[in-house]
Amino acid sequence: MDFMVFQYPMISVQACLDGILLGILFALIAYGMALQWGVMNIINIAQGDLVILGGYIAYFMYLYGIHPAWGVIVSPIIMYFVGIAIYKLVINKVVDRDLFISILATFGISILFMQLMNFAFGADVVLANSDYGTTMLFNNNVVLPNSKIFSAFISILFAICLVIYMKKSKLGRAIRATAQNARAAKILGVDTEKVYAATFGINAALCGVAGALISITFTIHPYMGLPYTIRSFMIVIIAGLGNLPGVAMSGMGLGVFEEFADYILGTEFRIGSVFLLLVLILVYRRFKLSRKREYLK
Amino acid sequence: MKIKNILITFVSAIALLFSTSVVSFAKVVGDKIVLGAAISLTGKYSSNGVHTQNGYNMAVDRINSMGGIKVGGKTYKFDIIYYDDESNPKRAAQLAERLISQDKVEFMLGPYSSGLTKAIAPVTEKYGVPMVEANGASRSLFTKGYKYLFAVLAPANLYLDVAIDLAVEKNNGKGVTVAMAFEQDAFSQDVRLGVLDAIERTGSKKVIDDKLPKELNDMAATLVKVKQMKPDVLVVSGHTKGALTAIRQISEMKVDVPMLAMTHCDAAKLSKQHGKNSQYALCASQWHKTLTYKDDFFKDGMTYDADFTKEFGYAPPYQAAESSAALLVFKDAFERANSFDQKKVRDALAATNMQTFYGNIKFAPGGQNVDKPMVLFQVMCDDGGKCENKVVAPTKWASAKLIHPIPSWSKR
Repeated sequence: MDFMVFQYPMISVQACLDGILLGILFALIAYGMALQWGVMNIINIAQGDLVILGGYIAYFMYLYGIHPAWGVIVSPIIMYFVGIAIYKLVINKVVDRDLFISILATFGISILFMQLMNFAFGADVVLANSDYGTTMLFNNNVVLPNSKIFSAFISILFAICLVIYMKKSKLGRAIRATAQNARAAKILGVDTEKVYAATFGINAALCGVAGALISITFTIHPYMGLPYTIRSFMIVIIAGLGNLPGVAMSGMGLGVFEEFADYILGTEFRIGSVFLLLVLILVYRRFKLSRKREYLK
Repeated sequence: MKIKNILITFVSAIALLFSTSVVSFAKVVGDKIVLGAAISLTGKYSSNGVHTQNGYNMAVDRINSMGGIKVGGKTYKFDIIYYDDESNPKRAAQLAERLISQDKVEFMLGPYSSGLTKAIAPVTEKYGVPMVEANGASRSLFTKGYKYLFAVLAPANLYLDVAIDLAVEKNNGKGVTVAMAFEQDAFSQDVRLGVLDAIERTGSKKVIDDKLPKELNDMAATLVKVKQMKPDVLVVSGHTKGALTAIRQISEMKVDVPMLAMTHCDAAKLSKQHGKNSQYALCASQWHKTLTYKDDFFKDGMTYDADFTKEFGYAPPYQAAESSAALLVFKDAFERANSFDQKKVRDALAATNMQTFYGNIKFAPGGQNVDKPMVLFQVMCDDGGKCENKVVAPTKWASAKLIHPIPSWSKR
């Protein structure tokens, strides 16, 4: 245990800001997960691997001399079609089945993606340099890499666009209708098959954006997807489905929680603390549910 | 119909059994000495697995083309059976079993990484198969009393203690403050133990001791602490991920520290991926092309570097060089044993005392190489942004002068 974070107030400020910026990025990935979970009742274990694939797209642009920031535009476009292809090949066969089947299917996709990426891109850890520099605050006591600020900004931008799209566009309305009641939507003339494909595509596109941002801020590697899947799962569990402000808040909360866990417990417990929190929240939820059940009795 | 099918299956199964037993490799087939190796050709270690395989292949070709191995008045050539261990320790142990019991291999080359070597060593030990390995540096490999394991590389605890000595030397012999960030895996934790020993030996003080997770891609928290505590040395070891993450975040967060020492810089292609931001980083390395060791097969480091680059299209990282050295050790041991008896070869290996282009090789009773110091190189960049790794310690091999302390970010 190390309580340095409380001894030096500036470290607390740093931890909060780092956590919030990181959390916004997580929230973007989680939003995609919440969307397809809500609409299609599919928990996508391959979420993190789609993120990493998106990262590789930005990385290859960087290798060919294009600034990796353009990846946030190119990567989602490519990933949208990757998403549609995955839907047509696998997901449409499991979309009406129970949750367990879809978890198995996406788990399979996850393993396949890891191996394919390893095969295609090699097992080296890579990154794309944005050369964005650094912002210093509070008399140089708090440092924020501009790449993190850029990531958060782009994530917010995409989230806002998506919310507007879901509210205003025809497809957005169809997606929301299908999420509420797929059967009723079908009866009223919504082509649910198309809606499902689009939802999966949009999710993959969001992963593409997040991946491009991760290649700019952190590092990417074919086997690094799982922590992102777990974090987004965690955020969705806390926030609930179809609750965008909730996803954003719990994303930032998780980011800050992770940072503080890192300072206090040590970096080795960073991911572990996320798991612990997940267990605690599930236990708490169950406890609340059982109380409710007692009232009903 | 059914009986016919069963018959066909039965007959073909027997035929298959016979055919495999006929071609099954004994220790020496004709004029070939067959070695076995499980290597990570897929999975997370595949890049370094390929370096290892290329190193082995390069040495096999070179030794075979330069006259082979002379045992009992006859000339033999090396041949290697490779299997892909998928970077998975369990798989590696299975494959070692398979190489020994099915393929009848009687001499083994090591896999890539300490973890996989740890998985294979009990198997080779059980069967009394001598194994020369070039990529497992974890100290725990050499404290188990293995009799058939020989490592051509220096053990992990020697990787970064040179850096602490260097910092103390620069501090006029007085102890320094050290911040440490090590991944939680067998190798990095051994490096940490070495650094702790050096800290104690030199009267230095550790001020930060962080353990990094395997999924590491963010060490901002550690670096914030470094900014606050202002240590004299920051040591980081977390394979390629650790090296890349450290440099990225140190440069982004403008962390000023007089000395930064790391492992795996060349495997991470640090100077290529980070350019000038990686400047002044000190990196522990088993080998560097400018070292002046010599042998009859590869001449010296520079020639090895040129030949390897010509053959495989990239400059050899030390993982390839040490793998090539493993074959030279085997050749030397076979010739001195003048026999293919496993016990005799084992004893000959234990008595090895030779120089290769990679360094001197002499094994301690535990199996580690005690005759080859680690080198430290520093990333140095010219004004055009072209970066090169130059050896700065130990002084005997230094090709450039250490730049110390590292200039602060505001002055770069």
